[in-house]
Amino acid sequence: MTGALDLIVSIAVTHVRARLRQTFVGVLGVATGVGFSVIMAALMQGSQEDFVAQLVDAMPHVSVSDERRNPPVQPAEQDYAAAQISGQSTPAMRRGVKNPYALMASLEAWLPGVVAPSVQARAVIRYAGRDTAANVVGVDPRREPKVSKIAAQIREGSLEALQRASNGIILGDGLAKKIGARVGNSVVVATGGGATMSARVVGLSHSGMKINDETQAYTLLKTAQVLAGQTGLVNELRIRLNDVMQAREMADRIEAQTGYKSVSWQEQNEDLLSAFAIRNLIMYTVVGAILLVASFGTYNIVSTITHEKTRDIAIMKSLGLRESTVRRIFVLEAMIIGLGGLLIGWALGYLMSRGLGSIEINLPFGDKNHLPIAYAPQHYLIAGGVALASSVFAGYFPARKAASLHPVEIIRGAS
Amino acid sequence: MSAPLVVARGLTRILTGEIETTLVDGVDLDIAAGEFLAITGPSGSGKSSLLYLLGLLDEPTRGELAIDGRETSRLREEARADLRLSTLGFVFQFHFLLPEFSALDNVMLPMRAFGRLSDRQMTAQARDLLASLGLEAHMGKRPDQMSGGQRQRVAIARALANRPKLILADEPTGNLDSHSTEQVLAILRKLVDETKTSVAIVTHDLSLAAQADRRVHVVDGRLAPHAAPSNPA
Ligand SMILES: Nc1ncnc2c1ncn2[C@@H]1O[C@H](COP(=O)(O)OP(=O)(O)O)[C@@H](O)[C@H]1O
Ligand SMILES: [Mg+2]
Repeated sequence: MTGALDLIVSIAVTHVRARLRQTFVGVLGVATGVGFSVIMAALMQGSQEDFVAQLVDAMPHVSVSDERRNPPVQPAEQDYAAAQISGQSTPAMRRGVKNPYALMASLEAWLPGVVAPSVQARAVIRYAGRDTAANVVGVDPRREPKVSKIAAQIREGSLEALQRASNGIILGDGLAKKIGARVGNSVVVATGGGATMSARVVGLSHSGMKINDETQAYTLLKTAQVLAGQTGLVNELRIRLNDVMQAREMADRIEAQTGYKSVSWQEQNEDLLSAFAIRNLIMYTVVGAILLVASFGTYNIVSTITHEKTRDIAIMKSLGLRESTVRRIFVLEAMIIGLGGLLIGWALGYLMSRGLGSIEINLPFGDKNHLPIAYAPQHYLIAGGVALASSVFAGYFPARKAASLHPVEIIRGAS
Repeated sequence: MSAPLVVARGLTRILTGEIETTLVDGVDLDIAAGEFLAITGPSGSGKSSLLYLLGLLDEPTRGELAIDGRETSRLREEARADLRLSTLGFVFQFHFLLPEFSALDNVMLPMRAFGRLSDRQMTAQARDLLASLGLEAHMGKRPDQMSGGQRQRVAIARALANRPKLILADEPTGNLDSHSTEQVLAILRKLVDETKTSVAIVTHDLSLAAQADRRVHVVDGRLAPHAAPSNPA
C-alpha cells in the first residue's frame, strides 16, 4: 500500500520493453529534440560570445569623449534653485579633451586598465586622381597597442613606422585598394576645414571588418590634430580594462571624476545586446516547440500502451492497486522514454557540437574558419529538463485516463 | 457468535442512461466467516453485478454494505482499493493474468502492492501457494505457456496471495473441463474448511452449487424468496 515502487517499475519496464520498436522511435524523437536544442543553443551562444569577444576586442571597453551628457551647469543655476536661461548657444567646435596626458596619468593611477588617446578627423584621401572618404584616426603608437588590435592588424609596415616618417599614414587595405595606393606612395589628405597635407603611406592594416578596412586610416596624434584643427586636444580616450565586465562601473566613475562623457562598450552596443536578447527569446521558443513536438511521441506511446493494457489495468485495480499507483506506472513509462531521449539527446548534441565545431569553413567576413560553439552545462540541463518535463506531462494525460478506468466494464466484457 | 463477514442491506445498483437498468435490487445478504456460498440464477439475472458490489468493484446506488465490520458505502477510492487488496480476492471466468509475467510474479503482484513482506518472504509464500495448488512445475511459466486449468489455478493463487477473508469467484470454472472444474472446486472447499476463508461463488452449475454450504438464487436482480434455507457448516 506504500505505492510499491519496485512493482511500478517492473510493470512499467515490462510494458516499455514489450513495445521496443515504438519506444525506440519515441526515445529517438525526444533525443532529436534534445540534441538539436543543445546544438542550437551552443551555436547561438557561441556566435554571440564570439561576436561580443570580437566587439570587445575591436573597440575600447570604455570610451571617454569630449562630449558632455548634460549641458554645462550655468552659474545662475548654482546660486538659485530655479533660473531661467535663454540665448545660450552651443559652441560649434568640439571642445576636445584638454591636457590628455595629465588626465591619462591621473586615470591610470587608479584604473585597472590602460588608456590611450585618439583624435578623429574626417578627410578625403586622394591618390593618382582617385579619392575616397576616410576616417583618419590619430593615435599614440606607444600606447595604442595596449588598448586595441590596430598594431596587430598591420599587414605591411608597422605602427612605429608612423613615428619615423613625417606625416606618415597607415591605410586600411580596402581603402588603399580603392585608390590604388601602396606602401611608399604619397597621398593627399584633405579635410572639410580646408587643411590639406601630403602623407606617406607607411603601412596597410587589415582588421577583417570590411567597413573598417575601407574607411580607416591611422596617423600620429599631432598629424590628425592638424587635420582637425585642434592642436593639443584629443577627442577620445580609449580605455582597455583588465576585466571587461567592469566597464559600466568604471565608466560611471570616470565620468564622475572627469565630467567627460564615458561610455562603456555595453552602453555603446545596447541595441545589439538587446537584439541578442530577442534572438535568445526566439531560440528558446523554437527549442520549446521542438521539445513539445517530441513529447507528442511520448503521448502516443503511452496512449497506445494504455489502450492495449486495459485488461491488465482492470485486473490490477480489482486486485486492489490504487488509482494513483496505476497512474504512476504509466507516468513512469513516459519518464523512461523522456529519460532515454534525454541521455541519447545529450550525446547527440555533444557529438554534433564537436562535429560542427571541427568543420573548416570560409566565412566571407572575418578571418575565423570554425563555427563558434559554446559548451555550457545549462544548455544540457535546460534541454534535458524541458524534454523530461514535457514527456512526463504528455504521458500524464493518458495515464490519468487509464488509471481512472472502471474495472467492471472491462471485466464484464472479457468474462 | 461473531458478526458476519459481509452484511448487505438493501443493496441496489441502478444504471442510469437512456434506459434505466436495475442490475441489483434491494439485496439483503449476510455471509458468515468460513462460509461457502453459491450464488445461482439465470443468465442476465444480476449475479455478476451483485458480486462486483460485494467486492467493492462497483458502488451501490442505494443500500449499505459492511465488510469485516466496516461500512464501505462512504469509503473513498483509495480506502476501497486498500480493502480489496487486504481483505478480498477475486477469481473470474477469464484468468486475467498479466501476460508478460511468470506465474510466480503474477501471484506476487498483490503481495508487492501490499508491501507487508520482504522479497524473500513474498517469494517463499508465493511458491508455497503455487505448490499447494499443484503448480510447482509451472512457477516460471508465463500464462500463454500454461493450460486453461493451470492458469485458473494461478489466478486462484493470486486471489489468495494476501490471505483474504473473502474470495469472490464469478463462474471460475466456466471455461474449464470437468477435471479442472473438480480441481478448482476442491481447492475452494479445502480453503473454506482449513482456513475459515469465506467463498462466494457465482455459478449456474447446479451440481457445483450443491457442494456449497448455502445457496442463494438471484432473479431479476433480487434474491428469490424460495432460496434454499440457510445451512451453515
Ligand atoms: N453496462 C450495461 N448496460 C446495460 N445493461 C447492462 C450493463 N451491464 C449489465 N447489464 C445488464 O444487466 C443485467 C445483469 O447482468 P449480470 O450481472 O452480468 O448478470 P449475470 O451475471 O447474472 O449473467 C443483464 O441483463 C445485463 O445485460
Ligand atoms: Mg455474469
